[in-house]
Amino acid sequence: MSPAIILENLPLFVSGLALTLQLLVVSVLLGLALSIPLALLAAAPDKRLAWPVQTFIYIFRGTPLLLQLFVIYYGLSQFDWIKQGPLWPVLREAWWCAVIAFTLNTAAYTAEIFRGAIRQTPKGEIEAASACGMSAYAKYRYIILPGALRRSIPMYGNEVIFMLHATALAGVITLVDLFGTARIINSRFYAPFEAFLTAGLFYLGVTFLIVWLFRRLEKHYLRHLDPAHTPGGP
Amino acid sequence: MLAGASLTIEVAVASLLLAVLLGLCAAVCKLYGPPPARWIAGLYTTVIRGIPDIVLMMLIFFGGQVWLNTIADRLGWRYIDLNPFVAGVLTIGFIFGAYMSETFRGAIMAVPKGQIEAGHAYGMSPWQVFRLITLPAMTRHAMPGFFNNWLVLVKTTALVSLIGLQDMVFKAGVAANSLRKPFTFYLLVALLFLLITILSDLIFRWLQRRYAWAGP
Repeated sequence: MSPAIILENLPLFVSGLALTLQLLVVSVLLGLALSIPLALLAAAPDKRLAWPVQTFIYIFRGTPLLLQLFVIYYGLSQFDWIKQGPLWPVLREAWWCAVIAFTLNTAAYTAEIFRGAIRQTPKGEIEAASACGMSAYAKYRYIILPGALRRSIPMYGNEVIFMLHATALAGVITLVDLFGTARIINSRFYAPFEAFLTAGLFYLGVTFLIVWLFRRLEKHYLRHLDPAHTPGGP
Repeated sequence: MLAGASLTIEVAVASLLLAVLLGLCAAVCKLYGPPPARWIAGLYTTVIRGIPDIVLMMLIFFGGQVWLNTIADRLGWRYIDLNPFVAGVLTIGFIFGAYMSETFRGAIMAVPKGQIEAGHAYGMSPWQVFRLITLPAMTRHAMPGFFNNWLVLVKTTALVSLIGLQDMVFKAGVAANSLRKPFTFYLLVALLFLLITILSDLIFRWLQRRYAWAGP
């Protein structure tokens, strides 16, 4: 181990970290926005609405992200009509391909989490809402969705950590994120420990940060489940 | 392509075996071990789950090579090449050992205490209790988590193509380049992975009905 290599390249690692965080935040937010309508459709009682979305979810959860990334980044250039189409300047960029692949992937996983949570809504809550004369929209907006999203927080935290780790695949398609930086440093200095251990520590740090963040979210939104705060509890 | 598919399955099964072994050891360490063993097992799961699998794989592949060279140098041997198959299986087994240990730990804790106490009351040694009572009883609790880990593990094997192992992803890359049909070949391999997932799903559902395990 030579600390000099690590210290010398610290600025590179930091800019790699910045790209990793950027990819993470962009794809997680886009994926979250996409996943809520998807989850509502997948949980719909009408099979004709549910099955296309459930197929999408099954395909994205059943295949490796690496291949989803390859199909989008390398695969789309196979078609001339895409290359001549208006979207090519976007689809040619590795950054956009990575964001598209990560977004669709996390949207599928997140939709599945939310779908499970929506289906777990206690029957009594829905009946009570109906008894109050709420419209279908009001039921979803004020009863079903808030409860489901709340229940999903712990699982969703795991998904965000999973996405952090998944963004490392961006380093495979030429992007210089944390993992891409580590690869470059390894090939330049032939220093695998310095390169990959340092990157690993950065990832570990971000993972802890996400864990801490979600613990705070849980404390706030799932406070009613904490025995210490239950009225009349211990 | 088919040779690649069989290699993918070989990597997956070999890693699964290693993962189960490591997972059991770590779970036992966490539950029954002395404090230092508990601490090491806890550190193992935390670190593994905090670092992306691809980073760990590169670390073990390139780092292992450096280590091998140093050792070979000291002993005056010739240059040894680290086999990517071994590196891949070691990494994936090592990663999923951490996930398995959590699954097993939960499953062991779900075994009713009375059963274990009954074993002790019969004068069984701790090893006998573990082998004859805890292990069989925890299996049904561990199955859903185990199956989930297997599905994730299969998908992780796609990464071994990046350290030069000629699995089906690697073969697809070669075919895609020479025939200039990347979409077709990568999609085909993705569908093969999906097929493995679907088959595993069917087998698991059948087993679940047969042995009435709890759902995943």
